[in-house]
Amino acid sequence: LQSVRGQLAALSIAAVVIIVGVPLWWRTTETYRAWLPVSQIKELAKLQLHLSADVEVVFARGTVTPEQQKKVPLTQTQNMEHRVDGDSFNAILTPMRLSNSASVEADLSLHTLSESPSGSLVVYVIPESSSLLPQNVDVYIGQRRTALLRIGSQMRVGKTLEQLLAHMEPRIKQVLHVMSFSHTDITAALSNRVRISPGNKESIADSMRAFKSSPGYEITFSLLNPDPKSHRLHWDIEGAVETYIQPLLTKLSPVANFSIDSQTLYYAMLGVNPRFDSSRSTYTLNADSLAHVINPVEARLGSNAASSNPVLNFLLYIPDAHHSPLYIHDHKKQQVPTNAFHSPRWGGIMVYNVNEFYEVDTVFPVDINIDMAKVMGVFLAQLRLLLGVQSSTPPPGFLVAPCGNAGLADWELDRLMWSRSVENIATATTTITSLAQLLDQIGNIVINDNIAQQVSSAVTSLQLAVSELEAGNLGFALQYSKEAILSSERAFFDPSLLHLLYFPDDQKFAIYIPLFLPMCVPILLSLLKIVSEARQKHREKKPKKD
Amino acid sequence: CVGINLRYRFHVSLLCKLVSCFGDRAGQFFSSGHTNNWAVLVCTSRFWFNYRHVANTLSVYRSVKRLGIPDSHIVLMLADDMACNHRNPKPATVFSHKNMELNVYGDDVEVDYRGYEVTVENFLRILTGRLPPSTPRSKRLLSDDRSNILIYLTGHGGNGFLKFQDSEEISNVELADAFEQMWQKRRYNELLFIIDTCQGASMYERFYSPNLMALASSQVGEDSLSHQPDLAIGVHLMDRYTFYLLEFLEDIHPASKTNMNDLFKVCPKSQCVSTPGHRTDLFLRDPGSVLITDFFGSVRKVELTMETINLTDPIDAESGELQKEMHTYADQLPVSEIIHQKPKQKDWHPPDGFILGLWTLILLVFFQTYGVKHLKHIF
Repeated sequence: LQSVRGQLAALSIAAVVIIVGVPLWWRTTETYRAWLPVSQIKELAKLQLHLSADVEVVFARGTVTPEQQKKVPLTQTQNMEHRVDGDSFNAILTPMRLSNSASVEADLSLHTLSESPSGSLVVYVIPESSSLLPQNVDVYIGQRRTALLRIGSQMRVGKTLEQLLAHMEPRIKQVLHVMSFSHTDITAALSNRVRISPGNKESIADSMRAFKSSPGYEITFSLLNPDPKSHRLHWDIEGAVETYIQPLLTKLSPVANFSIDSQTLYYAMLGVNPRFDSSRSTYTLNADSLAHVINPVEARLGSNAASSNPVLNFLLYIPDAHHSPLYIHDHKKQQVPTNAFHSPRWGGIMVYNVNEFYEVDTVFPVDINIDMAKVMGVFLAQLRLLLGVQSSTPPPGFLVAPCGNAGLADWELDRLMWSRSVENIATATTTITSLAQLLDQIGNIVINDNIAQQVSSAVTSLQLAVSELEAGNLGFALQYSKEAILSSERAFFDPSLLHLLYFPDDQKFAIYIPLFLPMCVPILLSLLKIVSEARQKHREKKPKKD
Repeated sequence: CVGINLRYRFHVSLLCKLVSCFGDRAGQFFSSGHTNNWAVLVCTSRFWFNYRHVANTLSVYRSVKRLGIPDSHIVLMLADDMACNHRNPKPATVFSHKNMELNVYGDDVEVDYRGYEVTVENFLRILTGRLPPSTPRSKRLLSDDRSNILIYLTGHGGNGFLKFQDSEEISNVELADAFEQMWQKRRYNELLFIIDTCQGASMYERFYSPNLMALASSQVGEDSLSHQPDLAIGVHLMDRYTFYLLEFLEDIHPASKTNMNDLFKVCPKSQCVSTPGHRTDLFLRDPGSVLITDFFGSVRKVELTMETINLTDPIDAESGELQKEMHTYADQLPVSEIIHQKPKQKDWHPPDGFILGLWTLILLVFFQTYGVKHLKHIF
């Protein structure tokens, strides 16, 4: 009887351990992992982007005959192959509708008053004999989203509409490449994902110079006065920023937020000694020594401790009285007219000479009012370069209107928005994909609900951004791409995702064996004993039966 | 007039793969592909007898600052304070050479993580960028895809791990995973990893991300030895590898053209007793074309500004009276909320192991003395 009770006890203990204990241990040691939309992420990783730009082409009087006006081409598709490392681009042209208007001048004035939606263009085709453009200029690109295109000499009025359109297409495409986006622009925006050996030095310099897309930037204007004993400097920085810089930044507000501050640094020297050029009796800084100027100054510049946004520094250096005037010379020993230089992804420095404000026998310190228009002109040009606004030189025969008071033409803003949208979408996709891969690989990381929610919202924003790009709504596409970037960065850089749970297998065994082995050994042995006793009884029973 | 509306569509389709980076060597501007430099210098051991590790880290810090990297781009982590230690006979100094020739503490040291803040968790958080939002700028590694990063670790290590603060370890797998996460987010252009510990080569065995170059002071199974003790201070001042590294770096100036092959020759076996190792198979450029200043210094690329914009609007004078904003100090802490706060309701937790063990002990003693058969009299 005792043995039966013993067997029952052993069996029940084994049952409790297996039925209750093992699932309990499993549940209490598993990590909480919220569900992630992995299949949608994989779908996005293929990154199929369609960019469409609406172009309205208006033919002025004298380019098309009245009979041709009546013909309406329905659809005209043409595929163009662009290759980026084995993948293909397709460009499709689809004419939509025709429009009539009385004269070119009235039309032009109408269109310059009305705002074309961002991302779209209007191209006016004018006859070859028109006097609106100078002789050697074929294309004029305006400040807004308009361009004037002179029809070629071989396209006389007698030709058919199809031939006319076939002739216009490549030229309109060229205008589009300058004003909207081109192959090189898109591949430069995607350089995060695909590092391609680029064709020329210019494209490398362009991609290295501009800041990466970021939701905000900090701009700091610093006045460096190494010689306060001689110069008492006054600069109306607030007024200058309000008048010159703020319009540009307001125009760029869909792209990013900007915060501006300014400071004055006294006794801040350049790290390089300028050389005296006796032929011109000026002091010079060589282009080669400029690289060593920035480091000693940077230590004193400071930045906003609270934000992690990239900082653009613009420094205005007034040379001390003993080293005035100071000019920057390029590699050919010629004076640089702006007397300024910039460093990629950092900012710009301008040297402002004040020696004409005083003669030999003036009483020091001299009060000097700095000409902010000249200074801000240079800083604005540097700011455009550093933000990626400047494009390469236009093709021959193109004349580009100077940018307006805001410092930025509408089509330049569109260009920036196109490349930023593509860059944001590519970066957000990479972030989400690598996050999904990481969480998949490392099974021990806890995925909280808020991370799963951020990932889902990033995926949704990405899908919306891609569809808006395809529809040609540039403003919405940029907005969705910014939201996607914010959510994906927040999800990727969430502090709770830190993987400190690396357990190699031998350590796992070392932890569990002392806990479970002493408990399992008696259970197993008693089970074995039960089994062997049962078998013995079975064997004893058998001869009895026989 | 006749107008046609055209739709110009651009179809982009890319697969997620990485193509070779540019090997363009034309001009020093483009040869390295980086625009800024960062340095993460970590000393992982505390206590007075580990003086040499702090001196190691500070000597690399000093060289890196001298060659141009500003404090805002250096993350310096020191696990203990040697300069102001009670046992330091020369306070406010950390020497790197006997006879006290070189004080590497200087007078403008900026330590970002000090004392107990130097943990494996914080180190990995810095590398991967997963810091809490309240972390200030100086404690973050804000690198981008065009940053060259120098990472220097020193302390006590073993085969596959590095000891932090004498209480925890970081393994080589965790480090390799952290670098891979940095690569996924393109937080570096190229990375140079230097480690001066015993069996240091084991720490870079598991790297698998591209553009990493690693140097270690000793191979697996070897110990890294210290240089020489100083009888006045009473401890060893520096480790051999970093001592010869410092000597090598003192000859480098911001415009020098020394390359990485010379760095690999620093501290041969005759001087170091251990065999320094290096790993360059993950690095895409040839080490002979990589300058020392690409990692230890901060040579800026510079372009001349050729254009200017003609601005003609005069600056608006302040229209109307000057609207002076009244500035007030914001309360740093919500004092009224704090002093009137009710204590938080703590969640009930079941009694922990100590209490349970104590109860079991009492019960056992009770039954031992009184025996089980007396239980029925009690209950």
